[in-house]
Amino acid sequence: MSYETVIGLEIHSELKTNTKIFCGCATTFGAEQNTNVCPVCLGLPGVLPVINKRVVEFAIKAGIALNCKINNFSKFDRKNYYYPDLPKNFQTSQFDLPIAEFGYVDIEVDGKVKRIRITRIHMEEDAGKLVHSGTTIKDSATSNVDYNRTGVPLIEIVSEPDISSPAEARAYMEKVKSVLEYLDVSNCKMEEGNLRADVNVSLRKVGATELGTKAEMKNLNSFKMIENALAYEIERQEEILDDGGHIVQETRTWDDAKGITLSMRTKEAAQDYRYLPEPDLLPIITTDEEIEEYRRGLPELPDARKERFMEKFDLSSYDALVLTTSRQMADYFDAAVRNGADAKLVANWIMGDLSKHLNSENKDISESLVTAENLAAMVTLISKGTISSKIAKTVFEQMWKTGDDPEKIVKEKGLVQITDTKAIEEIVDAVIAANPKPVEDYKGGNAKSIGFLVGQVMKQSKGKANPGLVNELLKGKLDA
Amino acid sequence: MKVTAKDVESVAILSRLELKETDMEKYTKHLNAFLEYADVMTSLNTDGVKPTDHVLPLQNVFREDVVKPSLDRELALSNAPQREDGYFKVPKILED
Repeated sequence: MSYETVIGLEIHSELKTNTKIFCGCATTFGAEQNTNVCPVCLGLPGVLPVINKRVVEFAIKAGIALNCKINNFSKFDRKNYYYPDLPKNFQTSQFDLPIAEFGYVDIEVDGKVKRIRITRIHMEEDAGKLVHSGTTIKDSATSNVDYNRTGVPLIEIVSEPDISSPAEARAYMEKVKSVLEYLDVSNCKMEEGNLRADVNVSLRKVGATELGTKAEMKNLNSFKMIENALAYEIERQEEILDDGGHIVQETRTWDDAKGITLSMRTKEAAQDYRYLPEPDLLPIITTDEEIEEYRRGLPELPDARKERFMEKFDLSSYDALVLTTSRQMADYFDAAVRNGADAKLVANWIMGDLSKHLNSENKDISESLVTAENLAAMVTLISKGTISSKIAKTVFEQMWKTGDDPEKIVKEKGLVQITDTKAIEEIVDAVIAANPKPVEDYKGGNAKSIGFLVGQVMKQSKGKANPGLVNELLKGKLDA
Repeated sequence: MKVTAKDVESVAILSRLELKETDMEKYTKHLNAFLEYADVMTSLNTDGVKPTDHVLPLQNVFREDVVKPSLDRELALSNAPQREDGYFKVPKILED
């Protein structure tokens, strides 16, 4: 039987504020347990929360950048449930009047653009962290709770079920992450849990209009995990449906080590959050003028930047997408081009050697010793013919290790390309004399064997001969 | 009757309240009284009356994003029934 996959994501992003959403406790990651807590975030009786202004600003910016309508009137509500990471027994969140609604992002998978609608964005507080005494929550007789994270501001971005494959889910998450990074409203460090997703997935027969029963997997905090968990879950559901079975609506956990999803099998009755308006917090009114002002203050966003790279620098759609997904990388490219380097060459070097080195050492572009200015200088050396592309690789290696200026490296190591015809001619003559067989082949009509001879000349010049010139000289002599 | 004993039972479960069988009738009656009172209010004509979003005539009350001192950990943990290594210690969370 063939099925259609229907996926929706709820992305939680911690906001990059100094303090929590309703109190002045610091949001520092990794602080000693229960040291960033106060009566407000511990939910002690009689306390009064007050909204952190920056949280609202960041949520509005995210809303505008994700093409949402910002609600002029927004309020907080209490979402009631019992769990030890939630000291108040309710989470302060937003129910019927979230800060933003009706947005979308465009994603690109295999060169095809698809629009994923965003249902809503709301503000809420994060919960605490549990440390179980056993290996899993179920085999733990007790658990320990650290409330440092309780009250750290979050925005939850809820998508419509418009996503049809694990690859699209990943592209969507990458796009949202990219937008939040451009806005500088979240650290987006997935490994620290700044950005995580709850994923809903169901299957239906191709052509069916009704949605199938879904399963949910919570707190996935890497792109790989999202793709793997979805791929596994889709297969699991397919097998059940093929066997004529029914999917149980439930929350499943993703076991990353085993690569499977498992039922949580809680004996809880169906969730009923009994939302009620939060009486301790006052409504948030945002005027159209204020929204316009936020809009004008936004930085250039990934889509606009991609367009600009394609138009101004004649980059392909794919290259422009790769360069603009991370704001840091796009800034780096812009800086290099501002320094006068050829845009296409810069793009190739960033996506090629630089990215290769960054990935293999698991580094961020901001940690690269090769500055945009130095990369620009190196590319200019290639453009001017001072060094060949091949030599540039050696120069780049050195830059990567030391952060040195490329001109200094080229000078010190004597890597300047030989463009002196006479010097190359001597090598060419020697190579022709030493290789009678390939010379005969070439003269006999096998044009390809000139490649071998060029290679020999390059080798003897230690890569410093200008390849164009070598070709020209060889042909001149052999064709004569 | 708007509320049945079954509703009361499910609300009690959601609220982690243990109700004695003998109290069921009493609470069912009480909850019904609340809802019937709500009916009285619903019967009023409120055409042209703006919905009340909050009982206070205030809006946009914010604080600046400035760090204030947190509680001393000893003090924060001082009411905890159980603690361990600076953590609040809680009993088993999920049943087998």
